[in-house]
Amino acid sequence: MIVVFFVPHAVGTKGYELLLEWARIIGAFALVLGLGSLFRTHWDKIRRRRRGEWPYSIVTLASFVLMVWAGLVYGNGEGSVGTRLLAVEEGTLFQWLFDNVEVPLDATMFALLSFFIASAAYRTFRARNLEATLLLITAVIVMLGRVPLGEMMHERMPGLYEWIMQYPAVAGKRGILFGVALGSIATSLRIILGIERSHLGG
Amino acid sequence: MKKSLTKLEGLDRRWIYLIIFIAVLVPFITRLDLPVGRHSPSTTAIYDYIEELPPGSIIAIAFDYGPSAMPELEPAVRAMVRHAFERDHRIFAMTIHPQGALMIRRVLYPLAEEYGKQAGVDYINAGFKPGGVAVILGMGRDIVRVFEDTDARGQRLSSMPMMQDLRTYDDIAILVDLAANTLPLAWVAYAHEQYRVQIGAAVTAVVATDLYTFWKSGQLVGLINGLKGAAEYEDLVSHPGWGVQGMSSQSIAHVLIILLIVLGNISYFASRRRAQA
Repeated sequence: MIVVFFVPHAVGTKGYELLLEWARIIGAFALVLGLGSLFRTHWDKIRRRRRGEWPYSIVTLASFVLMVWAGLVYGNGEGSVGTRLLAVEEGTLFQWLFDNVEVPLDATMFALLSFFIASAAYRTFRARNLEATLLLITAVIVMLGRVPLGEMMHERMPGLYEWIMQYPAVAGKRGILFGVALGSIATSLRIILGIERSHLGG
Repeated sequence: MKKSLTKLEGLDRRWIYLIIFIAVLVPFITRLDLPVGRHSPSTTAIYDYIEELPPGSIIAIAFDYGPSAMPELEPAVRAMVRHAFERDHRIFAMTIHPQGALMIRRVLYPLAEEYGKQAGVDYINAGFKPGGVAVILGMGRDIVRVFEDTDARGQRLSSMPMMQDLRTYDDIAILVDLAANTLPLAWVAYAHEQYRVQIGAAVTAVVATDLYTFWKSGQLVGLINGLKGAAEYEDLVSHPGWGVQGMSSQSIAHVLIILLIVLGNISYFASRRRAQA
């Protein structure tokens, strides 16, 4: 792939396209493999009646089977017999289950974060030393700069927030990115040259 | 007084949960409408880019997110689809995220109906394609081949009028990736750097810090940053929706968290002084 990037010859390009196709096929099978693994793990928990876990595994597997069945039977066929029988007015049964079960559940899980963040901020965000105080001041500016109330408090608040995001934050992020990239290259070279063998268990 | 301040340190977290719950709920119930305020340059950049495209341009939208990020990202993509349809642009929707296929349907079909747009002519829903980076790279060679000549409804892509003008990234005016992770970086690395397609991103606020560096370097056309960015885009297209509404709740919640931090620090210093005395 690296060679084709620099030398786009017809022969190389064909091989490159073939490789991309293989990668997509492997990706699709990886998805099936993942689902198979999920099924096996939870089936195992139910079989062994693992304490405190197996009832949740039943829910997981029942939901899994229901969604697979709805997807395979009703798929994208709007107005199919199954959809009409179950009086699902809009879209398919699969879409209906997604909109009315998965969307609220998933969104609720994510929304819980705000409660934990508020509690954690109250408990741990302390001006213990200079660095912590700087972090605290920056956090307050960013939180106020992102909301309309901040601008109402002081007209320069959004500008200050933008400055923090565009300059100090970008500078810090670039530093981290360069560090990670150089580290990745160094580790890759060590693996390729056989110096690093810990991933093989050596 | 000092004693009660010290006691605050051990405040039951359930009180904090209750206060946050009320702070988020009340603006929704009372329909508190706070002005969106000054628009961020990163949001305006992506809006201006789409605004200046000639009518009929093809905008690709990658719905690479699931329901957990929906409250932050759906208002942004709704506003963007509205913008595209109002400017008579065509939309190619796709995703490399398994849950994204259903997010496309929620947004694209109702809006296409509202604007009287025709499937295959004004928009295409190519659906989900597994393969990640291989899909991103493959689209630079042949989009029809990557999606196996089939759209999300099982129709032949190659028979659609819109696909006559869309073969590779060369035909896409801008590709906007919506994600709750750093997936836009993959689009930048493999689609922009290799095929020079212009990339825009709409991400959850927690991810935005990672992407500012790519917007500043010019590798991203623009960046819609979380719910604030979504509210700004809604404001720019004059269609206030959940984004604008959500900002009122976020305003109150942010101020409340700041107050909690201040209160936490007061009790911390009070208990420290008490310990020293």
